Amino acid sequence: MNFLFRYANPHEFMRLSGAVLPFTAVATMLCLAVGLYLGFRVPPDYQQGTTIALLFIHVPADVVAEFAYGAIAVCSLLSLVWRHPLADTAARAAAPFGALFTALGLVTGSLWGKPMWGTYWVWDARLTSFLLLLFLYLGYMALWNAIEDETRAARAAAILALVGVVNIPIIKFSVDWWSTLHQGESIVSGKVAPVYLWPLLIMMLGYVLLFLTLWMVRIRTAILERRARNLMQAN
Amino acid sequence: MSPVVTLLLRDIRLAARSGGSAALALSFFALVATLVPLGVGADLHLLARVAGGILWVAAVLAALLSLDRLFQGDFEDGSLDVIALSPLPLELTALAKITAHWLSTGLPLTLLSPLLALLFNLPPQPTLILFVSLLIGTPAVSAVGAIGASLTLSLKRGGLILPLIILPLLAPAVIFGAGAVSLALDRLGAASALGLLAAFAFAAVLLSPFAAAASVRLNLGG
Amino acid sequence: MNFDMGPYGVYIWPAYGISALALIGITLWTLAAWRRAKARLAALEKRGPAATKT
Repeated sequence: MNFLFRYANPHEFMRLSGAVLPFTAVATMLCLAVGLYLGFRVPPDYQQGTTIALLFIHVPADVVAEFAYGAIAVCSLLSLVWRHPLADTAARAAAPFGALFTALGLVTGSLWGKPMWGTYWVWDARLTSFLLLLFLYLGYMALWNAIEDETRAARAAAILALVGVVNIPIIKFSVDWWSTLHQGESIVSGKVAPVYLWPLLIMMLGYVLLFLTLWMVRIRTAILERRARNLMQAN
Repeated sequence: MSPVVTLLLRDIRLAARSGGSAALALSFFALVATLVPLGVGADLHLLARVAGGILWVAAVLAALLSLDRLFQGDFEDGSLDVIALSPLPLELTALAKITAHWLSTGLPLTLLSPLLALLFNLPPQPTLILFVSLLIGTPAVSAVGAIGASLTLSLKRGGLILPLIILPLLAPAVIFGAGAVSLALDRLGAASALGLLAAFAFAAVLLSPFAAAASVRLNLGG
Repeated sequence: MNFDMGPYGVYIWPAYGISALALIGITLWTLAAWRRAKARLAALEKRGPAATKT
Protein backbone atom coordinates (compact mmCIF):
# COMPACT_ATOMS: atom_id res chain seq x y z
CA MET A 1 0.00 0.00 0.00
CA ASN A 2 2.86 2.36 0.83
CA PHE A 3 4.31 1.54 -2.54
CA LEU A 4 1.18 2.84 -4.21
CA PHE A 5 1.06 5.99 -2.17
CA ARG A 6 4.62 6.84 -2.94
CA TYR A 7 3.57 7.25 -6.55
CA ALA A 8 0.38 9.07 -5.67
CA ASN A 9 2.34 12.24 -6.01
CA PRO A 10 1.93 13.48 -9.60
CA HIS A 11 5.61 14.37 -9.76
CA GLU A 12 6.58 10.85 -8.81
CA PHE A 13 4.16 9.43 -11.35
CA MET A 14 5.58 11.63 -14.09
CA ARG A 15 9.07 10.55 -13.19
CA LEU A 16 8.26 6.86 -13.01
CA SER A 17 6.08 6.75 -16.11
CA GLY A 18 8.59 8.80 -18.05
CA ALA A 19 11.25 6.22 -17.28
CA VAL A 20 9.07 3.22 -18.04
CA LEU A 21 7.35 4.47 -21.19
CA PRO A 22 10.15 3.95 -23.70
CA PHE A 23 10.38 0.33 -22.62
CA THR A 24 6.67 -0.39 -22.81
CA ALA A 25 6.44 1.37 -26.16
CA VAL A 26 9.26 -0.72 -27.63
CA ALA A 27 7.93 -3.90 -26.05
CA THR A 28 4.50 -3.16 -27.53
CA MET A 29 5.87 -2.79 -31.03
CA LEU A 30 8.02 -5.89 -30.69
CA CYS A 31 5.15 -8.05 -29.47
CA LEU A 32 2.79 -6.83 -32.16
CA ALA A 33 5.39 -7.33 -34.87
CA VAL A 34 6.37 -10.82 -33.73
CA GLY A 35 2.76 -11.77 -33.05
CA LEU A 36 1.60 -10.71 -36.48
CA TYR A 37 4.55 -12.42 -38.14
CA LEU A 38 3.85 -15.70 -36.36
CA GLY A 39 0.14 -15.26 -36.89
CA PHE A 40 0.48 -15.15 -40.62
CA ARG A 41 2.61 -18.28 -40.67
CA VAL A 42 0.15 -20.64 -39.06
CA PRO A 43 -1.70 -23.28 -41.07
CA PRO A 44 -5.48 -22.97 -41.49
CA ASP A 45 -7.59 -24.50 -38.75
CA TYR A 46 -9.37 -27.71 -39.72
CA GLN A 47 -12.69 -26.29 -38.47
CA GLN A 48 -12.38 -22.57 -39.00
CA GLY A 49 -10.18 -22.53 -42.05
CA THR A 50 -8.14 -19.42 -42.59
CA THR A 51 -10.53 -17.34 -40.43
CA ILE A 52 -8.47 -18.54 -37.48
CA ALA A 53 -6.39 -15.49 -38.37
CA LEU A 54 -9.08 -13.43 -36.68
CA LEU A 55 -8.31 -15.14 -33.39
CA PHE A 56 -5.18 -13.03 -33.13
CA ILE A 57 -6.95 -9.70 -33.22
CA HIS A 58 -10.31 -10.60 -31.73
CA VAL A 59 -9.33 -12.28 -28.45
CA PRO A 60 -6.60 -9.73 -27.58
CA ALA A 61 -9.13 -6.91 -28.05
CA ASP A 62 -11.55 -8.70 -25.72
CA VAL A 63 -8.79 -9.26 -23.17
CA VAL A 64 -7.94 -5.56 -23.04
CA ALA A 65 -11.65 -4.66 -22.93
CA GLU A 66 -12.01 -6.59 -19.68
CA PHE A 67 -8.58 -5.69 -18.35
CA ALA A 68 -9.31 -1.98 -18.75
CA TYR A 69 -12.56 -2.27 -16.84
CA GLY A 70 -10.78 -4.17 -14.10
CA ALA A 71 -8.21 -1.39 -13.97
CA ILE A 72 -10.97 1.19 -13.69
CA ALA A 73 -12.56 -0.82 -10.88
CA VAL A 74 -9.29 -1.04 -8.95
CA CYS A 75 -8.65 2.68 -9.38
CA SER A 76 -12.22 3.39 -8.27
CA LEU A 77 -11.71 1.31 -5.15
CA LEU A 78 -8.46 3.13 -4.38
CA SER A 79 -10.24 6.39 -4.90
CA LEU A 80 -13.22 5.67 -2.67
CA VAL A 81 -11.63 3.68 0.11
CA TRP A 82 -8.10 5.03 0.35
CA ARG A 83 -8.59 8.43 -1.29
CA HIS A 84 -5.62 7.90 -3.59
CA PRO A 85 -5.49 11.23 -5.46
CA LEU A 86 -4.23 10.02 -8.82
CA ALA A 87 -6.72 7.17 -8.92
CA ASP A 88 -9.60 9.28 -10.28
CA THR A 89 -7.46 10.65 -13.07
CA ALA A 90 -6.25 7.17 -13.94
CA ALA A 91 -9.74 5.67 -13.95
CA ARG A 92 -11.14 8.36 -16.21
CA ALA A 93 -8.16 8.09 -18.53
CA ALA A 94 -8.60 4.36 -19.04
CA ALA A 95 -12.23 4.51 -20.12
CA PRO A 96 -11.96 5.65 -23.76
CA PHE A 97 -9.38 2.94 -24.44
CA GLY A 98 -11.55 0.29 -22.81
CA ALA A 99 -14.51 1.37 -24.91
CA LEU A 100 -12.44 1.34 -28.09
CA PHE A 101 -11.06 -2.14 -27.52
CA THR A 102 -14.55 -3.38 -26.66
CA ALA A 103 -15.88 -1.96 -29.92
CA LEU A 104 -12.95 -3.48 -31.78
CA GLY A 105 -13.76 -6.85 -30.23
CA LEU A 106 -17.34 -6.51 -31.42
CA VAL A 107 -16.34 -5.56 -34.97
CA THR A 108 -13.77 -8.34 -35.31
CA GLY A 109 -16.16 -10.78 -33.70
CA SER A 110 -18.89 -9.82 -36.12
CA LEU A 111 -16.56 -10.16 -39.11
CA TRP A 112 -15.54 -13.55 -37.79
CA GLY A 113 -19.14 -14.51 -37.33
CA LYS A 114 -20.19 -13.86 -40.91
CA PRO A 115 -18.17 -16.69 -42.47
CA MET A 116 -18.89 -18.91 -39.45
CA TRP A 117 -22.60 -18.34 -38.94
CA GLY A 118 -23.68 -16.70 -42.18
CA THR A 119 -24.75 -13.38 -40.65
CA TYR A 120 -22.87 -10.54 -39.03
CA TRP A 121 -24.59 -10.88 -35.71
CA VAL A 122 -26.13 -13.91 -34.13
CA TRP A 123 -26.30 -13.01 -30.46
CA ASP A 124 -23.44 -15.23 -29.48
CA ALA A 125 -23.13 -15.18 -25.68
CA ARG A 126 -19.64 -13.67 -25.58
CA LEU A 127 -20.35 -10.96 -28.12
CA THR A 128 -23.60 -10.05 -26.37
CA SER A 129 -21.79 -9.72 -23.05
CA PHE A 130 -19.24 -7.46 -24.68
CA LEU A 131 -22.01 -5.37 -26.21
CA LEU A 132 -23.37 -4.79 -22.71
CA LEU A 133 -19.83 -4.01 -21.52
CA LEU A 134 -19.62 -1.32 -24.20
CA PHE A 135 -22.74 0.29 -22.74
CA LEU A 136 -21.22 0.12 -19.29
CA TYR A 137 -18.21 2.04 -20.60
CA LEU A 138 -20.42 4.62 -22.34
CA GLY A 139 -22.48 5.14 -19.18
CA TYR A 140 -19.30 5.55 -17.14
CA MET A 141 -17.88 8.16 -19.50
CA ALA A 142 -21.23 9.93 -19.74
CA LEU A 143 -21.45 10.21 -15.95
CA TRP A 144 -17.97 11.75 -15.75
CA ASN A 145 -18.93 14.30 -18.39
CA ALA A 146 -22.35 15.12 -16.98
CA ILE A 147 -21.41 16.07 -13.43
CA GLU A 148 -19.75 19.46 -13.39
CA ASP A 149 -17.98 19.33 -10.07
CA GLU A 150 -14.90 17.19 -10.67
CA THR A 151 -14.64 15.75 -7.19
CA ARG A 152 -18.28 14.71 -7.21
CA ALA A 153 -17.99 13.34 -10.72
CA ALA A 154 -14.98 11.27 -9.67
CA ARG A 155 -16.76 9.73 -6.72
CA ALA A 156 -19.99 9.11 -8.59
CA ALA A 157 -18.07 7.46 -11.42
CA ALA A 158 -16.16 5.38 -8.89
CA ILE A 159 -19.40 4.11 -7.34
CA LEU A 160 -20.78 3.32 -10.78
CA ALA A 161 -17.62 1.46 -11.77
CA LEU A 162 -17.75 -0.68 -8.64
CA VAL A 163 -21.45 -1.42 -9.09
CA GLY A 164 -20.61 -2.34 -12.68
CA VAL A 165 -17.73 -4.64 -11.81
CA VAL A 166 -19.91 -6.54 -9.35
CA ASN A 167 -22.57 -6.87 -12.02
CA ILE A 168 -20.29 -8.03 -14.82
CA PRO A 169 -20.04 -11.66 -13.65
CA ILE A 170 -23.81 -11.69 -13.12
CA ILE A 171 -24.38 -10.27 -16.58
CA LYS A 172 -22.04 -12.81 -18.16
CA PHE A 173 -23.71 -15.66 -16.31
CA SER A 174 -27.18 -14.51 -17.31
CA VAL A 175 -26.19 -14.04 -20.96
CA ASP A 176 -24.61 -17.49 -20.99
CA TRP A 177 -27.77 -18.95 -19.50
CA TRP A 178 -29.85 -17.05 -22.04
CA SER A 179 -27.82 -18.28 -24.98
CA THR A 180 -28.09 -21.93 -23.95
CA LEU A 181 -31.82 -21.35 -23.68
CA HIS A 182 -31.98 -20.12 -27.24
CA GLN A 183 -29.32 -22.46 -28.66
CA GLY A 184 -26.76 -19.80 -29.46
CA GLU A 185 -23.61 -20.25 -31.49
CA SER A 186 -20.08 -19.71 -30.39
CA ILE A 187 -16.95 -18.70 -32.26
CA VAL A 188 -14.17 -19.35 -29.85
CA SER A 189 -14.70 -22.76 -28.32
CA GLY A 190 -12.18 -22.50 -25.54
CA LYS A 191 -9.53 -24.94 -26.61
CA VAL A 192 -6.83 -23.45 -28.78
CA ALA A 193 -4.41 -25.74 -30.59
CA PRO A 194 -0.78 -25.18 -29.52
CA VAL A 195 0.35 -23.91 -32.91
CA TYR A 196 -2.04 -20.99 -32.49
CA LEU A 197 -1.25 -20.43 -28.83
CA TRP A 198 2.05 -18.62 -29.21
CA PRO A 199 0.93 -15.96 -31.72
CA LEU A 200 -2.21 -15.51 -29.63
CA LEU A 201 -0.36 -15.02 -26.36
CA ILE A 202 2.14 -12.66 -27.92
CA MET A 203 -0.63 -10.60 -29.51
CA MET A 204 -2.49 -10.54 -26.19
CA LEU A 205 0.63 -9.25 -24.49
CA GLY A 206 1.15 -6.71 -27.25
CA TYR A 207 -2.39 -5.40 -26.95
CA VAL A 208 -2.16 -5.15 -23.15
CA LEU A 209 1.19 -3.35 -23.41
CA LEU A 210 -0.34 -0.97 -25.95
CA PHE A 211 -3.16 -0.20 -23.54
CA LEU A 212 -0.74 0.35 -20.65
CA THR A 213 1.47 2.62 -22.75
CA LEU A 214 -1.41 4.73 -24.04
CA TRP A 215 -2.96 4.82 -20.58
CA MET A 216 0.22 6.19 -19.03
CA VAL A 217 0.51 8.84 -21.71
CA ARG A 218 -3.08 9.89 -21.12
CA ILE A 219 -2.59 10.12 -17.34
CA ARG A 220 0.53 12.21 -17.91
CA THR A 221 -1.48 14.43 -20.25
CA ALA A 222 -4.17 14.86 -17.59
CA ILE A 223 -1.55 15.83 -15.02
CA LEU A 224 -0.12 18.47 -17.35
CA GLU A 225 -3.62 19.76 -18.11
CA ARG A 226 -4.32 20.12 -14.43
CA ARG A 227 -1.08 22.05 -13.92
CA ALA A 228 -2.05 24.33 -16.76
CA ARG A 229 -5.50 24.90 -15.23
CA ASN A 230 -3.93 25.72 -11.86
CA LEU A 231 -1.61 28.21 -13.49
CA MET A 232 -4.51 29.84 -15.31
CA GLN A 233 -6.43 30.16 -12.05
CA ALA A 234 -3.44 31.67 -10.32
CA ASN A 235 -3.28 34.44 -12.90
CA MET B 1 -44.98 4.73 13.94
CA SER B 2 -41.49 3.72 12.93
CA PRO B 3 -39.61 6.42 11.02
CA VAL B 4 -39.12 4.11 8.07
CA VAL B 5 -42.85 3.60 7.73
CA THR B 6 -43.46 7.34 8.03
CA LEU B 7 -40.97 8.00 5.29
CA LEU B 8 -42.46 5.25 3.20
CA LEU B 9 -45.99 6.58 3.49
CA ARG B 10 -44.79 10.11 2.77
CA ASP B 11 -43.03 8.99 -0.41
CA ILE B 12 -46.03 7.00 -1.57
CA ARG B 13 -48.28 9.98 -0.99
CA LEU B 14 -45.85 12.21 -2.88
CA ALA B 15 -45.71 9.77 -5.76
CA ALA B 16 -49.48 9.54 -5.86
CA ARG B 17 -49.83 13.30 -5.88
CA SER B 18 -47.16 14.11 -8.46
CA GLY B 19 -49.21 13.49 -11.54
CA GLY B 20 -49.91 9.90 -10.66
CA SER B 21 -46.69 8.20 -11.62
CA ALA B 22 -48.57 4.92 -11.50
CA ALA B 23 -50.98 6.15 -14.14
CA LEU B 24 -48.10 7.37 -16.27
CA ALA B 25 -46.22 4.10 -16.00
CA LEU B 26 -49.34 2.06 -16.75
CA SER B 27 -50.20 4.15 -19.79
CA PHE B 28 -46.69 3.86 -21.12
CA PHE B 29 -46.70 0.12 -20.53
CA ALA B 30 -50.02 -0.29 -22.32
CA LEU B 31 -48.93 1.95 -25.19
CA VAL B 32 -45.79 -0.03 -25.85
CA ALA B 33 -47.80 -3.24 -25.73
CA THR B 34 -50.07 -1.70 -28.34
CA LEU B 35 -47.33 -0.33 -30.58
CA VAL B 36 -45.31 -3.52 -30.84
CA PRO B 37 -47.97 -5.55 -32.66
CA LEU B 38 -48.45 -2.54 -34.90
CA GLY B 39 -44.77 -2.75 -35.58
CA VAL B 40 -44.30 -6.49 -36.05
CA GLY B 41 -47.66 -7.51 -37.38
CA ALA B 42 -50.56 -9.40 -35.87
CA ASP B 43 -49.24 -12.92 -36.31
CA LEU B 44 -50.54 -14.41 -33.07
CA HIS B 45 -47.93 -17.12 -32.91
CA LEU B 46 -45.15 -14.58 -33.26
CA LEU B 47 -46.70 -12.29 -30.67
CA ALA B 48 -47.03 -15.10 -28.16
CA ARG B 49 -43.35 -15.92 -28.64
CA VAL B 50 -42.21 -12.36 -28.08
CA ALA B 51 -44.70 -11.45 -25.36
CA GLY B 52 -42.38 -12.23 -22.47
CA GLY B 53 -39.52 -10.19 -23.83
CA ILE B 54 -41.58 -7.25 -25.05
CA LEU B 55 -43.62 -6.93 -21.88
CA TRP B 56 -40.54 -7.23 -19.69
CA VAL B 57 -38.68 -4.54 -21.62
CA ALA B 58 -41.77 -2.35 -21.63
CA ALA B 59 -42.16 -2.79 -17.87
CA VAL B 60 -38.52 -1.85 -17.24
CA LEU B 61 -38.83 1.27 -19.41
CA ALA B 62 -42.11 2.25 -17.79
CA ALA B 63 -40.59 1.93 -14.32
CA LEU B 64 -37.70 4.12 -15.49
CA LEU B 65 -39.99 7.05 -16.21
CA SER B 66 -40.36 8.20 -12.63
CA LEU B 67 -36.89 7.19 -11.45
CA ASP B 68 -35.07 10.45 -11.98
CA ARG B 69 -37.40 12.14 -9.51
CA LEU B 70 -36.73 9.53 -6.85
CA PHE B 71 -34.30 11.69 -4.89
CA GLN B 72 -34.41 14.91 -6.86
CA GLY B 73 -37.55 16.36 -5.29
CA ASP B 74 -36.13 16.06 -1.80
CA PHE B 75 -32.71 17.19 -2.98
CA GLU B 76 -34.03 20.39 -4.52
CA ASP B 77 -36.09 21.58 -1.59
CA GLY B 78 -33.49 20.63 0.98
CA SER B 79 -35.43 17.83 2.65
CA LEU B 80 -32.75 15.36 1.64
CA ASP B 81 -30.22 17.21 3.79
CA VAL B 82 -32.61 17.00 6.73
CA ILE B 83 -33.26 13.33 6.14
CA ALA B 84 -29.54 12.63 5.87
CA LEU B 85 -28.92 14.33 9.22
CA SER B 86 -31.64 12.39 10.98
CA PRO B 87 -30.76 9.35 13.11
CA LEU B 88 -32.39 7.18 10.46
CA PRO B 89 -29.61 5.52 8.41
CA LEU B 90 -29.54 6.76 4.85
CA GLU B 91 -29.59 3.15 3.68
CA LEU B 92 -33.02 2.67 5.22
CA THR B 93 -34.20 5.88 3.61
CA ALA B 94 -33.04 4.52 0.28
CA LEU B 95 -34.86 1.26 0.96
CA ALA B 96 -38.01 3.16 1.83
CA LYS B 97 -37.79 5.13 -1.41
CA ILE B 98 -37.17 1.96 -3.40
CA THR B 99 -40.24 0.39 -1.82
CA ALA B 100 -42.36 3.48 -2.49
CA HIS B 101 -41.21 3.48 -6.11
CA TRP B 102 -42.05 -0.17 -6.53
CA LEU B 103 -45.48 0.26 -4.97
CA SER B 104 -46.23 3.11 -7.35
CA THR B 105 -44.80 1.61 -10.54
CA GLY B 106 -43.61 -2.00 -10.43
CA LEU B 107 -46.62 -3.34 -8.60
CA PRO B 108 -49.27 -1.64 -10.77
CA LEU B 109 -47.38 -2.78 -13.88
CA THR B 110 -47.39 -6.33 -12.60
CA LEU B 111 -51.12 -6.17 -11.95
CA LEU B 112 -51.82 -4.88 -15.47
CA SER B 113 -49.59 -7.43 -17.18
CA PRO B 114 -52.10 -10.30 -17.51
CA LEU B 115 -54.43 -7.99 -19.44
CA LEU B 116 -51.64 -6.99 -21.81
CA ALA B 117 -50.55 -10.62 -22.15
CA LEU B 118 -54.02 -11.17 -23.57
CA LEU B 119 -53.20 -8.75 -26.39
CA PHE B 120 -50.24 -10.95 -27.21
CA ASN B 121 -52.16 -14.18 -27.27
CA LEU B 122 -50.12 -15.56 -24.38
CA PRO B 123 -51.67 -18.75 -22.99
CA PRO B 124 -52.77 -18.86 -19.32
CA GLN B 125 -49.85 -20.77 -17.84
CA PRO B 126 -47.13 -18.51 -19.33
CA THR B 127 -49.25 -15.49 -18.37
CA LEU B 128 -49.15 -16.63 -14.77
CA ILE B 129 -45.38 -17.03 -15.04
CA LEU B 130 -45.14 -13.55 -16.54
CA PHE B 131 -47.11 -12.17 -13.61
CA VAL B 132 -44.93 -13.93 -11.06
CA SER B 133 -41.73 -12.92 -12.83
CA LEU B 134 -42.75 -9.26 -12.85
CA LEU B 135 -43.79 -9.49 -9.22
CA ILE B 136 -40.38 -10.84 -8.26
CA GLY B 137 -38.34 -8.84 -10.74
CA THR B 138 -39.74 -5.31 -10.62
CA PRO B 139 -38.37 -4.72 -7.11
CA ALA B 140 -34.95 -5.30 -8.65
CA VAL B 141 -35.75 -2.66 -11.27
CA SER B 142 -36.63 -0.16 -8.55
CA ALA B 143 -33.53 -1.10 -6.54
CA VAL B 144 -31.02 -0.84 -9.39
CA GLY B 145 -32.89 2.23 -10.61
CA ALA B 146 -32.36 3.88 -7.25
CA ILE B 147 -28.60 3.57 -7.70
CA GLY B 148 -28.82 5.39 -11.00
CA ALA B 149 -31.20 7.97 -9.57
CA SER B 150 -28.91 8.74 -6.64
CA LEU B 151 -25.83 9.02 -8.85
CA THR B 152 -27.55 11.50 -11.15
CA LEU B 153 -29.61 13.42 -8.63
CA SER B 154 -27.63 16.61 -9.01
CA LEU B 155 -28.07 16.70 -12.77
CA LYS B 156 -30.81 18.82 -14.25
CA ARG B 157 -31.01 16.65 -17.31
CA GLY B 158 -29.91 13.50 -15.55
CA GLY B 159 -32.90 11.76 -16.99
CA LEU B 160 -30.97 11.16 -20.17
CA ILE B 161 -28.05 9.38 -18.55
CA LEU B 162 -30.12 7.36 -16.13
CA PRO B 163 -31.32 4.74 -18.64
CA LEU B 164 -27.81 4.43 -20.10
CA ILE B 165 -26.41 3.67 -16.65
CA ILE B 166 -28.93 1.22 -15.35
CA LEU B 167 -30.27 -0.66 -18.37
CA PRO B 168 -27.13 -2.77 -18.85
CA LEU B 169 -27.25 -3.61 -15.15
CA LEU B 170 -30.85 -4.77 -15.56
CA ALA B 171 -30.06 -7.17 -18.40
CA PRO B 172 -30.06 -10.19 -16.04
CA ALA B 173 -33.56 -9.34 -14.83
CA VAL B 174 -34.91 -9.09 -18.37
CA ILE B 175 -33.10 -12.29 -19.34
CA PHE B 176 -34.38 -14.36 -16.43
CA GLY B 177 -37.86 -12.82 -16.41
CA ALA B 178 -38.54 -13.13 -20.10
CA GLY B 179 -36.71 -16.45 -20.13
CA ALA B 180 -39.13 -17.82 -17.58
CA VAL B 181 -42.06 -16.91 -19.79
CA SER B 182 -40.32 -18.43 -22.78
CA LEU B 183 -39.72 -21.68 -20.92
CA ALA B 184 -43.34 -21.79 -19.79
CA LEU B 185 -44.46 -21.24 -23.37
CA ASP B 186 -42.42 -24.26 -24.44
CA ARG B 187 -43.95 -26.30 -21.62
CA LEU B 188 -40.57 -26.54 -19.90
CA GLY B 189 -40.15 -25.78 -16.22
CA ALA B 190 -39.79 -22.09 -15.48
CA ALA B 191 -38.74 -22.70 -11.90
CA SER B 192 -35.01 -22.39 -12.54
CA ALA B 193 -35.45 -19.08 -14.32
CA LEU B 194 -37.70 -17.73 -11.59
CA GLY B 195 -35.21 -18.91 -8.99
CA LEU B 196 -32.36 -17.06 -10.69
CA LEU B 197 -34.56 -13.99 -11.01
CA ALA B 198 -35.44 -14.18 -7.32
CA ALA B 199 -31.76 -14.45 -6.40
CA PHE B 200 -30.95 -11.43 -8.54
CA ALA B 201 -33.83 -9.41 -7.09
CA PHE B 202 -32.92 -10.38 -3.55
CA ALA B 203 -29.30 -9.34 -4.02
CA ALA B 204 -30.34 -6.12 -5.74
CA VAL B 205 -32.77 -5.07 -3.02
CA LEU B 206 -30.30 -6.03 -0.31
CA LEU B 207 -27.25 -4.28 -1.73
CA SER B 208 -28.44 -1.28 -3.67
CA PRO B 209 -29.49 0.77 -0.61
CA PHE B 210 -25.81 0.87 0.28
CA ALA B 211 -24.72 2.10 -3.12
CA ALA B 212 -27.63 4.56 -3.27
CA ALA B 213 -26.89 5.92 0.20
CA ALA B 214 -23.21 6.37 -0.68
CA SER B 215 -24.21 8.25 -3.82
CA VAL B 216 -26.64 10.47 -1.93
CA ARG B 217 -23.93 11.30 0.59
CA LEU B 218 -21.47 12.28 -2.06
CA ASN B 219 -24.04 14.52 -3.73
CA LEU B 220 -24.91 16.19 -0.46
CA GLY B 221 -21.27 17.23 -0.30
CA GLY B 222 -20.30 14.67 2.29
CA MET C 1 4.08 -16.32 -45.05
CA ASN C 2 0.53 -17.31 -45.61
CA PHE C 3 -1.32 -14.34 -47.03
CA ASP C 4 -3.75 -16.26 -49.18
CA MET C 5 -6.88 -16.37 -47.09
CA GLY C 6 -9.01 -17.89 -49.77
CA PRO C 7 -12.71 -16.98 -49.72
CA TYR C 8 -12.44 -15.61 -46.20
CA GLY C 9 -10.13 -12.84 -47.18
CA VAL C 10 -13.04 -10.45 -47.58
CA TYR C 11 -13.66 -10.71 -43.84
CA ILE C 12 -10.13 -11.09 -42.57
CA TRP C 13 -8.51 -8.13 -44.28
CA PRO C 14 -11.17 -5.58 -43.31
CA ALA C 15 -10.94 -6.87 -39.73
CA TYR C 16 -7.18 -6.39 -39.69
CA GLY C 17 -7.58 -3.08 -41.49
CA ILE C 18 -10.12 -1.70 -39.04
CA SER C 19 -8.04 -2.90 -36.10
CA ALA C 20 -4.92 -1.26 -37.49
CA LEU C 21 -6.77 1.98 -38.23
CA ALA C 22 -8.34 2.07 -34.79
CA LEU C 23 -5.14 1.31 -32.90
CA ILE C 24 -2.98 3.66 -34.93
CA GLY C 25 -5.68 6.30 -34.72
CA ILE C 26 -6.02 6.12 -30.96
CA THR C 27 -2.24 6.20 -30.57
CA LEU C 28 -1.98 9.33 -32.70
CA TRP C 29 -4.88 10.95 -30.84
CA THR C 30 -3.28 10.17 -27.46
CA LEU C 31 0.09 11.52 -28.53
CA ALA C 32 -1.46 14.64 -30.06
CA ALA C 33 -3.30 15.40 -26.83
CA TRP C 34 -0.06 14.94 -24.91
CA ARG C 35 1.84 17.32 -27.17
CA ARG C 36 -0.91 19.90 -26.97
CA ALA C 37 -0.95 19.77 -23.17
CA LYS C 38 2.82 20.00 -23.03
CA ALA C 39 2.89 23.01 -25.37
CA ARG C 40 0.12 24.78 -23.51
CA LEU C 41 1.82 24.28 -20.16
CA ALA C 42 5.14 25.48 -21.55
CA ALA C 43 3.48 28.61 -22.93
CA LEU C 44 1.76 29.33 -19.63
CA GLU C 45 4.95 28.79 -17.67
CA LYS C 46 6.80 31.20 -19.90
CA ARG C 47 4.20 33.84 -19.27
CA GLY C 48 4.09 32.81 -15.63
CA PRO C 49 6.28 35.25 -13.72
CA ALA C 50 4.78 38.27 -15.47
CA ALA C 51 1.21 37.05 -15.38
CA THR C 52 1.09 36.21 -11.66
CA LYS C 53 1.54 39.86 -10.89
CA THR C 54 -1.95 41.04 -10.07
